[in-house]
Amino acid sequence: MDINFVIEKFALVTILFAISLVIAMYSTYAERKVAAFLQDRLGPDRAGPFGILQPLADGLKMFMKEEIIPSNASKWLFMVGPGLAMLCACIGTAVIPWGQDLTINGRAVPLQVTDINVGVLYLFGVVSLGVYGVMIGGWASNNKYSLLSAIRAASQNISYEVAMGLSIIALLLMTNTLSLKEIVAQQHGWHWNVLYQPLGFIIFMVCSFAETNRAPFDLPECETELIGGYHTEYSSMKLGFYLFAEYINMFVSSAVMATLYFGGYNYPWMDTVAAHVSPNVAALIGTGVLFIKIFAFIFFFMWVRWTIPRFRYDQLMNLGWKTLIPLAIANIIITGIVIAVVNKF
Amino acid sequence: MESLSNKKKVLEQKPLNLAERMYLPAIVKGLGTTMSHFFKKSSTIKYPEQQREFSINWRGMHSLKRDEEGKERCTACGLCALSCPAEAITMIAAERKPEEKALYREEKYAAVYEINMLRCIFCGLCEEACPKEAIYLDGPIVPSDYLRKDFIYGKDKLVEAPLEVK
Repeated sequence: MDINFVIEKFALVTILFAISLVIAMYSTYAERKVAAFLQDRLGPDRAGPFGILQPLADGLKMFMKEEIIPSNASKWLFMVGPGLAMLCACIGTAVIPWGQDLTINGRAVPLQVTDINVGVLYLFGVVSLGVYGVMIGGWASNNKYSLLSAIRAASQNISYEVAMGLSIIALLLMTNTLSLKEIVAQQHGWHWNVLYQPLGFIIFMVCSFAETNRAPFDLPECETELIGGYHTEYSSMKLGFYLFAEYINMFVSSAVMATLYFGGYNYPWMDTVAAHVSPNVAALIGTGVLFIKIFAFIFFFMWVRWTIPRFRYDQLMNLGWKTLIPLAIANIIITGIVIAVVNKF
Repeated sequence: MESLSNKKKVLEQKPLNLAERMYLPAIVKGLGTTMSHFFKKSSTIKYPEQQREFSINWRGMHSLKRDEEGKERCTACGLCALSCPAEAITMIAAERKPEEKALYREEKYAAVYEINMLRCIFCGLCEEACPKEAIYLDGPIVPSDYLRKDFIYGKDKLVEAPLEVK
């Protein structure tokens, strides 16, 4: 293993980590601004111009708060919970291809931390691990509300992972690969998977909302029923970690949706653009396009939050098991038949 | 049961059709509604910098009035204190000395006049009770403070500024 490889991976990991954190930070700001605009308000506008320093002020506040560990809590697990939530949120970015290869000093530098051939499965693993942070935190708090919330989160995630997995199978039938890099490469130009798998995309998106515990599936933290949910007993930066992890999850699932269904770094007429600029610039434009898609999805997450009211628990389960899973199975069958017919003729 | 007034309207609850059961059209419509609000002008008033005008019947901080010659109108009759349902007003009366004729309109005046702004409910009954048109609730919002004692406003804060000498 040569030293350049180590340096470029280390740099990429560091940059990705920083970007995830900054985006999560500014997602809190964006959430408040979007919420305000959707409700004919102004939102935070006191800290700095247009309130852009608000996330820093919030972060400072989080650090300054008193750290409380309830006396009857399971101390070690109480501390593991937020850390695990944060860890699982951050490692999801590793397999997403952020752009075409850059060429630096004659070396091809891939803008992807690792191109494992089971990238999609890795993402699923990471996403399902994410619920452990919530569960451990909720259980270790030794609080009934937290426990209820943790159970809700776990059952919700398990239910929706099934439909999510099934929706992705139809996509994999088309792509014939689990490597995210190849899936993106196949969507060159405007051949985005969402055009071939609209139903699969809708199912995947609904499940992403459920997996990230975002409205209308934010039952684990519904204030009216469960106070704060699984983080009721948390304070200071441990609470900050949970909130942060939620926003990083939102960023990662936006990136996954953009990658799997919306062509990742591909955009229409990219070949025309690539013919006029140097390859590195073309690759960076692609990365910019990917981030625009991601921001659009993050905005959509927030937009939906202020549009649809929260589901009741039985409605949530009905939607997951009785609607999304049959639809996903039907989608697999239809996709399979179409592929068989197309291959035959 | 037969309706007597014929005002009763029986709503027929039809089972949802396929489009309605899919929820997606309704969700898209809802997203459109929220998006239309995104571009609306915000109705926020940035308070300390920007202030909304008070309505004409607004009752704010009290002020003790002076007459046309700049003399204090209050004669310490105590009707305001008597009418006050919150018992926020207290006063001590004093007799006017000959050399103070320019300061007070009548022979009796309020040497001490205090309103406890924490007790006051801004009902305006003192204003109504006053026979001398000496007290009006025409001031601004009573500012906040840190100590209870600072909310007891004496004559230094209540009496109108003296007329400018021409």
